[in-house]
Amino acid sequence: MNAPADGNATIRAYDFDAALETAGLNLTPQSIDILQLNVTKLCNQACRHCHVDASPARTEAMTRETIEQCLRVLEAHPQIGALDITGGAPELHPDFEFLVAQATALGRHVMVRHNLTVQLDGHPVSKRAMDHLPAFFAQHKVEVISSLPYYQQYFTDAQRGGGVFKKSIEAMQRLNAVGYGIDGSGLIFNLVYNPVGPYLPAAQSELEAEYKKHLQQEFGLHFNGLFTITNMPIHRFKLHLQKSGQYAAYMDKLLAAFNPAAASGVMCRNLISVDHTGALFDCDFNQQLGMTVRPRSTIFEFDYDALMQRRIRFEDHCFGCTAGAGSSCGGATA
Amino acid sequence: MSHYFESDDLKKFGDIGRHAKSLADQFFKYYGAVTGTDGALTKREKSLIALAVAHSERCPYCIDAYTTACLEAGANPEQMTEAVHVAAAMKAGITMVHAVQMNNHLDKLVM
Repeated sequence: MNAPADGNATIRAYDFDAALETAGLNLTPQSIDILQLNVTKLCNQACRHCHVDASPARTEAMTRETIEQCLRVLEAHPQIGALDITGGAPELHPDFEFLVAQATALGRHVMVRHNLTVQLDGHPVSKRAMDHLPAFFAQHKVEVISSLPYYQQYFTDAQRGGGVFKKSIEAMQRLNAVGYGIDGSGLIFNLVYNPVGPYLPAAQSELEAEYKKHLQQEFGLHFNGLFTITNMPIHRFKLHLQKSGQYAAYMDKLLAAFNPAAASGVMCRNLISVDHTGALFDCDFNQQLGMTVRPRSTIFEFDYDALMQRRIRFEDHCFGCTAGAGSSCGGATA
Repeated sequence: MSHYFESDDLKKFGDIGRHAKSLADQFFKYYGAVTGTDGALTKREKSLIALAVAHSERCPYCIDAYTTACLEAGANPEQMTEAVHVAAAMKAGITMVHAVQMNNHLDKLVM
């Protein structure tokens, strides 16, 4: 396959469906175990790799009516065991705590994509303090999942902004103080590694061991597991790749590292993603690209059986989930 | 005007088999076995060694390739820079140890 030049004109040269066909794979839905809600694009940070293009300037937010409908869908479908709340910084949504409390009351496992620094930065618009979050998470036994691109400042601040590493360490100490990541507490605290550029993550288990060693030795910190996630070539990161002339090389790398075993475990086979308007998507990346499930549907028309029959939509960015050891919201897939 | 060491030329590495495919195939099999897998040394350790050699041998292709390989093996800039210092120290040591030969010859020449 000829590599296309940077830019959109020749993007179709990276044909994910053809790669699946060559590998003899037919990736159909297996279940809907997780309902993943992107409740707001507002964030106290503006990370360079963010596939949501989240920032303090964003205003998109899910309405209370849509949140209540998501809860009704959870209540009506006990087979959906987990709620995964993301953003932006989801804690900045005014109904975030209502959503968590109601979902846990329904007996669902709740995961929150928590960026750590929001604890210290507070709300970027209202300036409301957010330092109560560790206690709130612990009260509801939420699984906390937080990005920390490396166990050192250099990579972390390069990707997430100056001063983020220091604040992240302090926020992690606060989470540890209420029991998160501490053996026997039952409070799960996982970290996420993203490469700080157009390269693939190192082996998840090796990185996890190194993170644990360094964060414990240097900061006395504890966490449960590390998820390695590949940077998706969309939005802000794609723009960076194009501007720096690295887009084609990155896509070539993802294509060359296509791993059928990783492809079989892609997360879109087991979740449904919901945007702030209530529209449904195969994953959060498709959501950010406006690629709704086919046929288009919303949380107000949620039909489990129909969704299980849908054809998952793939595009060239999907090579990000199938390269090397694979990538998903829960880390490596192979 | 053509140039040496265009970064895009690294993609043509596989073409070295154009006129001697069997030998190239054997080389790449060996190369992959040595550098691409964990053995008695980890992939990261091998990548750091390769990065150091890339500098001492002054190969721009290899510096690009093994900077990326080190990152993909989880190495950080401190470790990578130390590896380059090992190469530099070896180069300096190799230069300096030749002074023994100089001194030997001085001893022979000087009455």
